[in-house]
Amino acid sequence: MYHVVLPELGEGIEKAMVAFWHCKVGDQVYKDSDLVELVTDKAAFNVACDFDGVIKEVLIAEGQEAKIGQVLAVIE
Amino acid sequence: MSDLTAAQSLTTGSFVDLGLIDYSQAYRLQKETVAQVIAGAPERVFLCEHPVVLTLGRMADRGYILASKDELAAHGIEILSIDRGGEVTLHAPGQLVVYPILDLRKRGKNLKQYLYDLEEVAIQFLQHYKIFSVRKPGKTGVWVGAQKIVSVGVGVRKWVTYHGLGININTDLTLFSLINPCGLNVTMASIESIIGQAVMSQKVKQDFCEVFMRSLRLKGN
Repeated sequence: MYHVVLPELGEGIEKAMVAFWHCKVGDQVYKDSDLVELVTDKAAFNVACDFDGVIKEVLIAEGQEAKIGQVLAVIE
Repeated sequence: MSDLTAAQSLTTGSFVDLGLIDYSQAYRLQKETVAQVIAGAPERVFLCEHPVVLTLGRMADRGYILASKDELAAHGIEILSIDRGGEVTLHAPGQLVVYPILDLRKRGKNLKQYLYDLEEVAIQFLQHYKIFSVRKPGKTGVWVGAQKIVSVGVGVRKWVTYHGLGININTDLTLFSLINPCGLNVTMASIESIIGQAVMSQKVKQDFCEVFMRSLRLKGN
């Protein structure tokens, strides 16, 4: 089980909005593929997968905000 | 205009002058270069101009496009949704568009610092023309008084950046009446509208590259 978390984006950035999921629950995902795109007011930031697996759960829907370190999805 | 594009190519070292290039073509080039830089290739900074086009960032509200579809079609203006931060932006000849493809893994993985540095490049570049510009808390871009002169919106993949800056040099500012720029309901400015005289396009690019190299520790050769 692997938790996809919103990484540190730099001092002063505490949260970002999920703009776009590149995958959905049940999808096979692969190491280095883009999972989710988050946005701040000036930047869009893609979070990539660290290993192969299947998306078990998506915890933050498109349009919702997440805090740094918050779990965005679970991969099995 | 656009004598920016008529200028001799400035392609040197990390900087690549694409001249006047279709937005979609430049976007593909950025994505290809991002993949190369992720794999360890040298960083690149693309300089270019685009034919008139409207781009919508991920946060964009189509309500910020004030012109009707018919008006846009009459001008031959395309609308593209893209993966960058920010709202609706207009690109047109006379606007120096800068796409830095930089590896933030080498720069402390600090997105906020990168955005600050990018704005700082624009602020220092404008000082070459004796234009005093500032950031505005809570608003994107770089400003001269109440007027916006530089738009900022970036994308990041695996800590490698794309998208970047749009600096109005001698853009036809009447085009901005088609939109509510960046959702901010502001008026736009250009270097020429502020200083009241024409600027040499080749000098514009050279000045920009010098400031960029100094501020973002990029090698010129």
